Parts: sequence; C-alpha cells; structure tokens
Amino acid sequence: MMSGARAILRKDLLIELRTKESVPAMVLFSVTVFVLFHFGLDRDSLDGELASGVLWVTLLLAAVIGVSRLFAAEREQGGIDGLLLAPVDRTSLFVAKAAALFLFLTAVELMAVPAYAVLLLGPGLGGALPELLVILALANLGVAAVGALVAALAAETRARELIVPLLLLPMLVPLLIACAQATEPLMRQNPGPEELGRWLGLLSLYDVVFVLLSVAVFDFLLED
Amino acid sequence: MEAAIELEDLQRRYGERIALAGVSVRVEEGQTLAVLGGNGAGKTTLLRVLAGLLRPHGGNARVLGAELPGERWKLPTRVGYLGHEPLLYRDLSGRENLRYHARLHGVGDERVEEMLAAVDMAERADDPLRELSKGLVQRLAAARAVLHDPALLLLDEPRAGLDPAAAELLEPLMGRESGRTRVLVSHDVDGALAEADVSIGLKDGRPAAVGRELYR
Repeated sequence: MMSGARAILRKDLLIELRTKESVPAMVLFSVTVFVLFHFGLDRDSLDGELASGVLWVTLLLAAVIGVSRLFAAEREQGGIDGLLLAPVDRTSLFVAKAAALFLFLTAVELMAVPAYAVLLLGPGLGGALPELLVILALANLGVAAVGALVAALAAETRARELIVPLLLLPMLVPLLIACAQATEPLMRQNPGPEELGRWLGLLSLYDVVFVLLSVAVFDFLLED
Repeated sequence: MEAAIELEDLQRRYGERIALAGVSVRVEEGQTLAVLGGNGAGKTTLLRVLAGLLRPHGGNARVLGAELPGERWKLPTRVGYLGHEPLLYRDLSGRENLRYHARLHGVGDERVEEMLAAVDMAERADDPLRELSKGLVQRLAAARAVLHDPALLLLDEPRAGLDPAAAELLEPLMGRESGRTRVLVSHDVDGALAEADVSIGLKDGRPAAVGRELYR
C-alpha cells in the first residue's frame, strides 16, 4: 500500500515544485491578511485571544486554497482516471493526498508565522515556540485529514470552489476552537501554558477521529 | 474456454439518458473487437465500463474473468486503457510520468526505459510534456497503457494525432501482433474491420448493424 502512496506523494511534490501554484498562493494570502489586520486594527501588537484568533483564522482560510487545489493536477491533466486504472487502493490515495497537504501547510507556516510575528506580535513568541510548534503540527494533521476528504468529495464537481469552503470550514470549527484556546495563553503579555494539555488532548482526539473517518469513507469517493 | 469479454444486455445510463442498452458480445482471448459508431453513440462509455471506470446499470459484464462491477478491483493489473486523454501530467517529463505509473503498477524502471525505446522517445524523455507535440504525447500515452504488460487493451482512437510512421512504430505494442485481446474504437470503419475478429455497431447506445449507416 505504501509504495503507491509514496509514488503519488512524490508526484504531487514534484508538480508543486515545478508549478509553484499552491504553497506560494497560500503564503501570499496569509501575509496579505496579516497586513490587512495590521492596518485594519491599527495595531503593531496583539496579544491573548485576539492574537490567537487572527493567527488561526488566517491559517485555516489559507488552507482552503491548498484543499481546493489538492486534486488540481488530476482534474486539469486527466489524471483521476490514471489513478483509478492503477492497482492502488483508495487508502493509499488518501494517505498521499493528506501527506502532501500536511507538507504544504508546514511550508506555508514556516513563512507565514514569522511574518505574523513581525507584523502583529510585538513582544514575539519568546519561549512559547516549542508549544506553538506542537499545536501547529497537530492542527496540520487534522486539516490534512479533513482537507483530503473534502478535496476528494469536491474533485469532480463543477462547483468545487464553493463546495470546498462550505464543507471544510464547518468541519474545522472544533479544530479552530482547540487551536485558538491552546495558543491564547502562549500569546499573553505574560505567557503561560495553562490548560495546554487539555486542548492538545482535544486536538489529538480530533485528529484520530478524522483520520479514521476519512480512511473509512475514502473508499466510497471518486466513484462514478 | 472462458471468454476474455462477455457482455449480455449491458446497460448504462447517465441520469435519465440511456448511454448503452442491450449490448451483448463475446470476445475470445487474443481477439480484436471493433466498436463502431458515430459521435455520442456510446463507444467511449462502453470502453469505460470495460475498464471498470463506470459501473454497468444492468445486464451482465464479465471481463478477464472478473464480474463487473463487483470484481472490478481485479482489472487494473490486467487492463491497459488508451483513451482520449493521455492520463499523463503536463508538468512532468515523459520519463517521470512513466516512472510514476510504473511505481503505481509495481513495475521496475528498466521497463520504463524499454518502453521509451519502443516508442522512440528515449531522446526526448526528459522534456516536460507541455513542450511535446500531440503525436509525441500520444506515443508516451501508448507506452503508459502497455507499461504493465496488460492482457486486455482498450483503445479509443489510438492512432489519433500519430503520423503513419509513428502508427507503424506502435503496432508491436498495441496492434494485432501484440497478441493481446483488444477492444478498438475507431471512426475508420474499413481499417477497424480489417483488424477485427468481432465487431459491433452502436447507434444512440443501442446495437446497430455495422456499416456506413451508423454515421448517418
């Protein structure tokens, strides 16, 4: 199973490296939104709930772009039939697409989070970076699982630009709550990892549930 | 002996519209079936059903011993499909595309090089597909279709975009001499009938007598 997933993932990464269509668009979107908040709120420095909310809403909206384009190469270059004609089970396809999205999100955050810190986080993250990295990793896993599922559902529909955000964003609400709540104490003037374990637990539970659900449902997607 | 393809009263709809109805045919191993008909007659739908890409909505369909749609998971390793789309990525080179499909099918890279040589694309194998002409892409698509050495080849206008020399070049891979069971969709009635052991005509998705009337 894993050789098929590896082949699809390798192909997706190679196409993204060549075309640079998803990650740069997601980075540009995130940075633009941070700039808009910077001027819209007329503040150089946010903290607490506002800082956490701005970061996570922006990252999740940027993820919509990545999810919308997750099957773009297959759709635009006739590859979905190529996948269906190969002896590759749908779980391999899910694993490959979710892994590609996870890597795209990580690449975006490597650029977007420092831009966020410069534009909107006056005191900086200080010693809270390790905790934030754990939250980002767990969030990326959840978004990757849900995103791959939604992308496959929308892959062969005409109104996919509408379907992706309409399906994806409501499914991400529990993840947004957990991420924002886990991050909020880290972004106070006096940071402290209060209740971090509880919210990380919720994030982990979300990830487990949606990975299992996606694997179970993915077999029935992409059918004629 | 078990037939390679056995269809009885095959039916397929798109919503309310009938795409195939009452199609029955038997093709033995190694034979060529020519499927003839005008635009929208149901030829491509028939090929896609045989490839396991579309579910039949009625009748019986058995391909290489696999009952459709229940056992269509058995088909990918044994069926090669060359349709209207090359099923190759424009942003990858020919070699990268074939290696990708080889990995999906569990085939080694040496087979990729063998196929590139067979379609005379070794020299341009590293060019991105977007820089190749339609004919050169069609050669790579043919190499992709037979990469895993399928027992059954489903060919939808396989010579479209090929010059006569290229068409001849591909004969050992997808012509009669390949020894494979073939289903050949073509608008070249005389050419297809000359290659075929069995033929069926389709008009509005239903069986019709083979001849020029199919196109009226």
